[in-house]
Amino acid sequence: MQAHKPLALALLLSAAGLSAAPIDDPEGEKSGGEATVFATGRNAFSFPAANLTDAERTRFVIGNSFFKRNWVEAPSSTTARDGLGPHFIARSCGGCHVSDGRGEPPKPGDQPVSLLLRLSVPGVGAHGGVVPEPTYGDQFDNFAVQKVKPEGRVVITHVEVKGRFADGTPYTLKQPRYAFADLGYGPMARDVLVSPRVAPQIIGVGLLEAIAETDILANAREQAVAGGPVRGVPNRVWDAPSGRMMLGRFGWKANVATIAHQTAGAFNGDIGITSGVFPDEACTAAQRDCLAAPSGDQRQGAPGREPEIDARTLGDVVFYQATLAPPARRNVDDPRVRQGRQLFAQAQCATCHRPDYVTTAGPNPRFSSPALNGQRIHPYTDLLLHDMGEGLADGRPDGQANGRQWKTPPLWGVGLIKDVNGHTRLLHDGRANGVLEAILWHGGEAEASRDRVLKMDKAQRAALVKFVESL
Amino acid sequence: MKKLILALAISTTLSAQPALAADHDVGPVLRHYAGLVYANYVDAVSGARGLQRAIDAFLAHPSAETQEAARKAWRVAREFYGQTEAFRFYGGPIDGEQGPEPRINAWPMDESYVDGVQGRPEAGLINDPRFVINRDNVIAQNERGGEENIASGWHAIEFLLWGQDLNADGAGARPYTDFTTAPHADRRRQYLKVITDLLVDDLTQVAKEWKPGRPFNYRARFEKGGLESLRQVFVGLGSLSRGELAGERMEVALASQDQEDEHSCFSDNTHRDVVNNALGIENVWLGRYRRADGSLLQGPSLKDLVATRDAALADQTSRRIAQSVANAHAIQAPFDREVVGGKDAPGRGRVQATIDSLVLQSKDLVAAANAVGVSKLTLVQP
Repeated sequence: MQAHKPLALALLLSAAGLSAAPIDDPEGEKSGGEATVFATGRNAFSFPAANLTDAERTRFVIGNSFFKRNWVEAPSSTTARDGLGPHFIARSCGGCHVSDGRGEPPKPGDQPVSLLLRLSVPGVGAHGGVVPEPTYGDQFDNFAVQKVKPEGRVVITHVEVKGRFADGTPYTLKQPRYAFADLGYGPMARDVLVSPRVAPQIIGVGLLEAIAETDILANAREQAVAGGPVRGVPNRVWDAPSGRMMLGRFGWKANVATIAHQTAGAFNGDIGITSGVFPDEACTAAQRDCLAAPSGDQRQGAPGREPEIDARTLGDVVFYQATLAPPARRNVDDPRVRQGRQLFAQAQCATCHRPDYVTTAGPNPRFSSPALNGQRIHPYTDLLLHDMGEGLADGRPDGQANGRQWKTPPLWGVGLIKDVNGHTRLLHDGRANGVLEAILWHGGEAEASRDRVLKMDKAQRAALVKFVESL
Repeated sequence: MKKLILALAISTTLSAQPALAADHDVGPVLRHYAGLVYANYVDAVSGARGLQRAIDAFLAHPSAETQEAARKAWRVAREFYGQTEAFRFYGGPIDGEQGPEPRINAWPMDESYVDGVQGRPEAGLINDPRFVINRDNVIAQNERGGEENIASGWHAIEFLLWGQDLNADGAGARPYTDFTTAPHADRRRQYLKVITDLLVDDLTQVAKEWKPGRPFNYRARFEKGGLESLRQVFVGLGSLSRGELAGERMEVALASQDQEDEHSCFSDNTHRDVVNNALGIENVWLGRYRRADGSLLQGPSLKDLVATRDAALADQTSRRIAQSVANAHAIQAPFDREVVGGKDAPGRGRVQATIDSLVLQSKDLVAAANAVGVSKLTLVQP
């Protein structure tokens, strides 16, 4: 009889909803379950899910080729990839998501590439979305093809924000301010709202898409019931490919529901490539040169009727991203990493950066793999919106997100950004240099957690950072 | 009491993970691997130095002959670099956090990022006088704004030596006058010089990390790394077999039938790239490397180690890897014609056969790794 006690206890724990770690992976080393790859270095974010079939691997590499290859101006002999612009930010997906990794703010004096500025004016647009800025649309494109004016230049300045840890150690953060110069089409609306968004690492997005909506809504309910300051809420947004409102999961404000929508939207807005989902170039009525520019229409001579990327290729690019694998955690047995894991829990970070889920079937089986279903994953996000305080606020609502709310970003892969992209810039506009700065920017609902970190001593702070960097 | 102990012992044995390769088995394999890596990089560096000499001679006296000599030196150098790609994909000196791989061998390349192309003769960094051509600036521009914006490395050099491949039957035919009388010829000379020197220096740095007898280089840590180092060796072989060589370098071209998707598209040397990658994998598996001077390096191998656990698996893996090398040899030049055609086109069949054997060998490599206690890979056994 004695022998049965541990079993009974285990059952009790799981019945109580406490996440009992599986015996074969107690530290959650396999971030993406069986999809996980054990990879570091420059290619760490570029591997397909480890458990794909051969046919899926082939589709993955074909999607990848269209993800990283440059699109060229139409007309061109490279008809498979012409149609760049008229306005654009990058020539390829990989231009911003370098090596499937994270973008960064521009160096002083340079124009941003992997940092996008979203634009709108106050009000509610179609499907509860934003009202685009009347002349420049819903994003600022600082490049253009020949004979078309770029929309202008982005000017970034910084204000220093100083503070101290409880042990007296001072710190300085840099708060960016965004402005525009050399505007190609005259002044913007006086009440324009601007939101900076840096390109995130793409690993594991197919697994995030496969988290059950009920699990995400349960996060919101549990946080509300707890009665504390943390009260995450879901975004609900229009999903153009399926033509319905859905739970938002992607984008810094959970402003996109599916990888398919995100991909078609980025092709259109960032590269200037039309698709069946977004068949019109993103030119506003005031941008006559943009409207008149040649199209990369695959049936030359009938502009605007055939999309510049065909449905099959678009699907392959979506599939590619959906099946990019999260790399495994590193150094899970390092005592400092273990200590940091405890501190992470003690500071209530895990309330929003929820570690575990078991995935279900995602919404778009045609652009994903059954291999992603039923995996125990560790993304460290609740996929909910949270008021993050005035310091981070962009003041620009997006769907049901208000101007102070941001979606909890997944933390998997954060420690490998340095390997892949050679920098450690974090948060929605890359303002934070490293994990600790990112924590210090947390305000609003996360203020109490940040204050706990402020009270940690140097060794504890280092352990906490080391844990997050092991993800 | 005795019975209980016996029962426990049995259950421990049955439930244990596959037997871990013991340190005394792994150590010699790792040390020999490191020696093989170093020997291969030494040859890659001397190949690149040969290329550098030929390019210096070409730039000093540009002519059709000196240009052809430089092209030949490029092909020779590629033979050895191609084999070193079996040492990628595990974050080692070539492609770790600080690794120079993106500026050595990045592709596919948007050639208009560097120099003029048909229809846009004014394109590229060379034709933009505002761009100051020096090493730091080239490094800063490499992959800036897109993974195809390749400013340096083998393929940038290849493009400057051959030019765009605009004819179906042969390689690019850039006239040597691009380096004498053409607009911006001086800048083109300067650019080729800068990226050639950069390639030599980058490869030299990588080789140093594998040099024996240095207490603090990568090799010193690697040789002490035990199973973790062994894991890296397998990750390198498996990733090159499946994702890179079979996938990115062949399946993509087979699907698109587009010359732009072949690895060395300016020189039409892709068939050799495939052979050398496949050979690089076989080198590591068999612990065998034929040096540039013709001598053979041979020692404790992965195959030997795997054979101590599963001799049949080791033999099967050897056969499959040899089959891939043979299939790669059968691919005919130029690769961009080989991938074109309908379902029954013989060239496509030859490329597909190479892909198929590489896919099979990647599964064998996973099984082989598992057999010696290595399971943390980029592939799982299906």
